[in-house]
Amino acid sequence: MKNEKVAIIGAGPAGMRAAMTLVEHGLRPTVIDESSMSGGQIYRRPPRDLDAFRPRQMLYGFEARKAGALHIGFDGLGDTIDYRPNTTIWSVENGRLSVVANDAVETLAWDRLVLAPGAMDRIVPVRNWTVPGVYTLGAAQIALKAQASSIGNKVVFFGTGPLLYLVAYQYAKAGLDVAAVLDTSLFPSVPKAASLLSGGLTFAKGLYHVAWLKAHGVRTVHGIRPEEITLTQTGTAGGLTFRHPDGSTETIKASAIAFGYGLKAETQIADLLDLEFFFDSTNRQWLPVQDRYGRSSCQSVYLAGDGAWIRGADMAELSGTRAALVLLADIGVHGLLPRIDALSAKIRTADRFRRAIETSFPFPAHLAAQLEGEVTLCRCEGVTVGAFRDAIAQTGESEINRLKAFTRVGTGRCQGRVCGASAMEIAASSGKTCIQDAGRLRGQIPVKPVPLSTLAGETR
Amino acid sequence: MKHYRVVIIGGGLAGCSAALHVSRRGAKVALLERGRCGAQASGVNFGGVRQQGRHLAEMPLARRSRSIWGGLRELVGSDCEFVASGHLKLACSVKEMAELEAYRATAKDYGLDLELVGPKAIRDRYPYLGEAILGGSICHEDGQANPRLVAPAFARAARRCGADIFENAPVINAWHDGRRFVVDVGRECLAADKLINTAGAWGSRVASWFGDHVDEDVMAPNMCVTEPLPFFMKPALGVCGGSIYLRQTLHGSVVFGSGLGIADRDRLRARPLPAVIEEGARKAIQLVPRLKNALLVRTWTGIEGRMADGLPVVGRSLNVEGLFHAFGFTGHGFQLGPAVGAVLSEYALDGDSTTDVTGLSINRMVHGHVHQHISCPLHHTA
Repeated sequence: MKNEKVAIIGAGPAGMRAAMTLVEHGLRPTVIDESSMSGGQIYRRPPRDLDAFRPRQMLYGFEARKAGALHIGFDGLGDTIDYRPNTTIWSVENGRLSVVANDAVETLAWDRLVLAPGAMDRIVPVRNWTVPGVYTLGAAQIALKAQASSIGNKVVFFGTGPLLYLVAYQYAKAGLDVAAVLDTSLFPSVPKAASLLSGGLTFAKGLYHVAWLKAHGVRTVHGIRPEEITLTQTGTAGGLTFRHPDGSTETIKASAIAFGYGLKAETQIADLLDLEFFFDSTNRQWLPVQDRYGRSSCQSVYLAGDGAWIRGADMAELSGTRAALVLLADIGVHGLLPRIDALSAKIRTADRFRRAIETSFPFPAHLAAQLEGEVTLCRCEGVTVGAFRDAIAQTGESEINRLKAFTRVGTGRCQGRVCGASAMEIAASSGKTCIQDAGRLRGQIPVKPVPLSTLAGETR
Repeated sequence: MKHYRVVIIGGGLAGCSAALHVSRRGAKVALLERGRCGAQASGVNFGGVRQQGRHLAEMPLARRSRSIWGGLRELVGSDCEFVASGHLKLACSVKEMAELEAYRATAKDYGLDLELVGPKAIRDRYPYLGEAILGGSICHEDGQANPRLVAPAFARAARRCGADIFENAPVINAWHDGRRFVVDVGRECLAADKLINTAGAWGSRVASWFGDHVDEDVMAPNMCVTEPLPFFMKPALGVCGGSIYLRQTLHGSVVFGSGLGIADRDRLRARPLPAVIEEGARKAIQLVPRLKNALLVRTWTGIEGRMADGLPVVGRSLNVEGLFHAFGFTGHGFQLGPAVGAVLSEYALDGDSTTDVTGLSINRMVHGHVHQHISCPLHHTA
């Protein structure tokens, strides 16, 4: 049992907890981390020389204590795990992982896999979204958290979801100029707010960010529709033109823009492993199927964290621990069931709250469906919304992988991780089919781009 | 039972082209495709439109196909990104140079012009090539196209001409009842005067329903593509021996194929292999050193039929009158596809074809005897 080769993919709260739990029971997992230090996105750490400059309290706010516990706990594992920072997975097969680290490829064997790859920003293109000065909310947060930098002197934040307010709050708190916070959603209605209250503390924190921003004079507008990122004379982002709920338009000047519409699970590895997926209609994305214990459709692959289902950091910790416990039970460790059941009960309760969040900050599918033809849809391959729609009209196709083959949308560097969500909405609306029937965009290896010299075993 | 003049089993490029050519002549035709048209080998190959280096038995077909490629826009409404960029076949030794020279002389008999490029000219004209390259042979009228577009474009054109194209329609069985062919697609049966088998890697299975037993293996050519790079390379590249082939699309991406992935004919699954990709990257850098800093962004493969002698089966059935086969293209059917469809349409409607495909007859495979007349490289996916 102790020889079981377990690989944990991701070292955010889910992966870290999974590692700690396995070590508790005498296993030595391999932990693959794309970052240079564990923590994932939410508990991302600055380089050591910036540590003193922005202490934990400043970086993580309410979550400072949790961040501390995770960082200290994980760092304390030392050699009891095989921790591999700066390591990117480029291929996964049954029993084998191919990784890139330090410009070299390596193959690792696994018997069981804990998938905790986390999530990324979900975006909908808007006119000029590809110019310099436009960032996702997550990227804006990384700049601040890991680099103690701002994306610009004056920033407009737009989109929807809890992250919108959190990042704007963090920027304002750091003394940066937040020009406005513009939300495509309406402020939560009373019945929704009631179910949100079941989230207790998490919801209170969210409200705190909104209230803080208002109290500090940061302009917040709900129910907006982004029209265009305006340009400076040099072609960089100069502001945002948006439409108010009453139909009037307004332009706010800024030197940088951050936007995003909630999160999107990183499912490429689950896809390559041929796991079963289902379409989650609440947050409109395809997710790997899991049983009530977080097992995937494949017996030896376990799911945890936001990569499995967007539930946030606290649930990521719980589901990471649970994935490890279920794995241990599956390889014959006795007496874990009470703990597993207790965790599962907590996770189920939190799901209710999470669904309320998703319905309060809905993904604006209509924005994707109504995009103008000249807007770039796939930036990797330079395909416009219009060219994509033309292909739908000419071929009569609405299945996303068929359209990918015809148009190159989703064939480039990101393989549709960025544009895929919107491409599927356009395929469904222009192809006159429902989003489920537009299908799930499939990926290929490499999971992320790799230089040929690295694959060839040469120096660059 | 709905009756057709011709029923075609298999919606790859050859089948879709056959459907178009039959329907253009006003004959009632149905094409049955298990999945989507062009989803297997026809859609996921390298995209080379190459005559140079072909086995002479394929040359009449290749020549005819090239003339169809040149008129694609008129025929199917799209050029499918076909460009006559040239195909440059490279030699690394004096012996290989001699092979290219000998081939040039033979190709001339078929009207195919090849230009030999010596050691100095190859540096001057193609400065991006690696040091090991000694010279080459260029076929200016060869080129490349986007394979993902071609078979579906033929299928749509055929549909516009009145063909019935049935996708997601797997054929369960087919037979001849003494008067006509009957094709069972589960919920119904179709009847046909003539039957065309263009079922690709599953072609030998269809042939066996009629007593035409041949061995057909499968292969999954391993394909890679880089991010778009500034345009620097016009011709598609091949090498003697066929271990790597590489081209740059007008879009900028460099596509290359090398080695084989895994194909599972029964589960309809194929995937590239990491070790094969790594070896392909080494070969690509040797051939074009500037690629070493390019990012590999995607890989793919598909299921292709492979015959022991490296040549496809094209022509009449051994046992059943009115049945015609074209399968087992062994990684180089893409360029041939349009003409294969045209030839099959002539067989089905006229009983014979003006294009000589005798060297590709199923006769050569029977009695367990395979004539060893292979010269074109097995892995040279067109």
